[in-house]
Amino acid sequence: MCGRSEPTTRRAFLKSGFALGSALLGTSPRRSIASPASLANAPARKSRIVIARDPNLQKGGASLDSSRLLKLLDRAMQASYDCDSPTEAWKKIVRPGEVIGLKVNCLAGKGNSTRPELVEAICERLREAGIKEMVIWDRLNADLESARFRIVERGSGVRCFGNDTLGFESELATYGSVGSLLAKTLTQVCDAVINLPVLKDHGIAGVTIALKSMFGAIHNPNKYHVTVGDPYVADVNMLPPFRQKVRLSICDATNAQYEGGPSYMPQWTWPFNGLLVASDPVALDYTGWQIIEKKRAEMRMKSLKALKREPAYIATAADAQHGLGTNDPKRIERVEV
Amino acid sequence: MKSQHASFRAGAYDAAPPCGLEPLMSAQASAAPPTGGGPSRAGANNLDRRTFLKAASLPCLAACAGGLAGARPGVPLLALPPAESDAQFIKEAKFYEKLPYKKIKCKLCPRECAVDDKERGYCGVRENRGGTYYTLVHSRVVTAHIDPIEKKPFFHFLPGTLAFSVATAGCNVNCKMCQNWEISQVRPEQVRSSYVPPPNLAAVAKQNACPSIAYTYSEPIIFYEYMADAADAGHELGVKSVVITGGYIQQDPLKKLCRHVDAIKVDLKAYSEKFYKEVVNGELKPVLETLVTLRKQGVWSEVVYLVVPTLNDSDQEFTGLARWIKAELGVDVPLHFSRFHPEYLLKNLPPTPVETLERAKAIADAEGLHYVYIGNVPGHPAENTYCPKCRKVVVARVGYTIEGVHLRNGKCQYCQEPIAGVWRA
Repeated sequence: MCGRSEPTTRRAFLKSGFALGSALLGTSPRRSIASPASLANAPARKSRIVIARDPNLQKGGASLDSSRLLKLLDRAMQASYDCDSPTEAWKKIVRPGEVIGLKVNCLAGKGNSTRPELVEAICERLREAGIKEMVIWDRLNADLESARFRIVERGSGVRCFGNDTLGFESELATYGSVGSLLAKTLTQVCDAVINLPVLKDHGIAGVTIALKSMFGAIHNPNKYHVTVGDPYVADVNMLPPFRQKVRLSICDATNAQYEGGPSYMPQWTWPFNGLLVASDPVALDYTGWQIIEKKRAEMRMKSLKALKREPAYIATAADAQHGLGTNDPKRIERVEV
Repeated sequence: MKSQHASFRAGAYDAAPPCGLEPLMSAQASAAPPTGGGPSRAGANNLDRRTFLKAASLPCLAACAGGLAGARPGVPLLALPPAESDAQFIKEAKFYEKLPYKKIKCKLCPRECAVDDKERGYCGVRENRGGTYYTLVHSRVVTAHIDPIEKKPFFHFLPGTLAFSVATAGCNVNCKMCQNWEISQVRPEQVRSSYVPPPNLAAVAKQNACPSIAYTYSEPIIFYEYMADAADAGHELGVKSVVITGGYIQQDPLKKLCRHVDAIKVDLKAYSEKFYKEVVNGELKPVLETLVTLRKQGVWSEVVYLVVPTLNDSDQEFTGLARWIKAELGVDVPLHFSRFHPEYLLKNLPPTPVETLERAKAIADAEGLHYVYIGNVPGHPAENTYCPKCRKVVVARVGYTIEGVHLRNGKCQYCQEPIAGVWRA
């Protein structure tokens, strides 16, 4: 049994009623599953971010305990959706018959990319929730392989490939300052996407967590690293397929990096032993950024603001024009489990 | 003198070069004989046998290009073999600094991208691999055409000749009006390409009776290493090299480039930093410095200014531009005011009114510039070159076609006034 305890406002009730009606009429196949933006715009509801940690997750700093990771994932998901079982929680996100994209971030190779063990755990729970087709996906096949994923381009079940397998759409998607071709994996293959970023510093954009990880789904990310990624990161996430399909972000913070990113720099990586889960990517990014700043302060390093790489795109993503979520701590419900 | 490239006569001005870069105009379309409306001013009877055969062969070559043409519908290409492997295009880049922790700083363009391991610069074609910076586009040709040099446009450099024109993917700016964004704003692996090493490029240019190779369509600065090597290979066979660029380059590589090439056309996209920041994603100042350096280095240069309605079309900008050119470059530098057509991210604006272009020309003329042209308006009298002294037409043009040249040894045949330019190979 699942449930969240916030009181339902008239507006929220009407909105949910409309969604249900649409689903019954078949006009909206993804009706009752709230998008991050709609969650953020709901006036009475805070954006919940669950931080789940297990100090014994990693043995000797490198070897990950898969069974503990699965339990950690379950705790995080149940806390996120107020459910008694992980399967119930996953059923609130996906529905049988959908093709679920698992957008990983593998730029940093095996050092600090989304862990295959985490993806494996998610696939297991998705299967239990009735999902038969999953696509693990990122920029390039080579990136995926460097992060210990195995390329599987065909067949049913779990596939895994980079954008170089299917390529990009031929028509530009535009919003604000961006004009990009979108990965066909996003537009044509996946019905819904679960974003699986990592928690790390970025030498140009400040941090790279949930929002920026979507640069891996466009053809021209190199154009959008100027001006600390602002407003480009926010604008990319406004493109309709992202808004319509990305339902949840699970940030792999088993290891986190507070300096020297996005490449893997072991000297600036620490075992956070956690997962950050949110349907609001802005709240997740804001919270992750604060975790990195806290670590930088502990290590007596300058703040990102002092280094002129404060991730201003997070605030832009939260502004009235974008409305992708909230970066207001008062509107973020932080749950630690 | 009749142009030898009458077959290329434009009828495809709808493919105008919004970012100042020449468009990837279909050779097939431009090679087709005029249809309807009676004979053109450079009618089919102007074709000699050789030109006719060349024109007729282009569509066939394009068809042979197979997958290449398929990558960009409507853009026929010369038949070049598909690339066999990515590795053959990769060479260590010039102009960068190694930084700690396997980072690098690119020193090719003023952007000075700081690039992490496994990342690329803004151009998308130069990549850091383990602390060494590589170009990914050496000899990686994504498109090749035989164009009249007037299409670049060069009006004072070997008029009436053909330029073997090539590009790789990539660009170091991102103009919202770019017409060639499908190759300039993509990564090299996102478009099909052919392996054309410098000696082959020079040879094919010579075989096709092109006195010059043009590096164009995208931004040649980002394939600097290939361009420099190809220019050297061309010179060994007596083929010149011309560059069509936005001019956003650092001084050191620019000065070195001047030793390799014969002419450079610079797209000065506006005379305001605001436009460069908001529309180009670049800076004006380094481009102006480029133009001054070209002048000092003695490389023949021409300037194109694409007039975009409401964004860079004020009298103040035209006046400032003309005065700056007169003061810094001299009155003999050709200045082309080109007509904008809505493309890419600026589809909301109309084409430039011809009156606006005429206003720009009038202002530049009044400031004393000798050679001010209006581009992308076929048949406009401002396509011609007029002698600055006697005002008679010394080079008559219609579109990309030369109708007549009235020069003798680089001087007006009527009054003997020297006409600036490179008139003979």
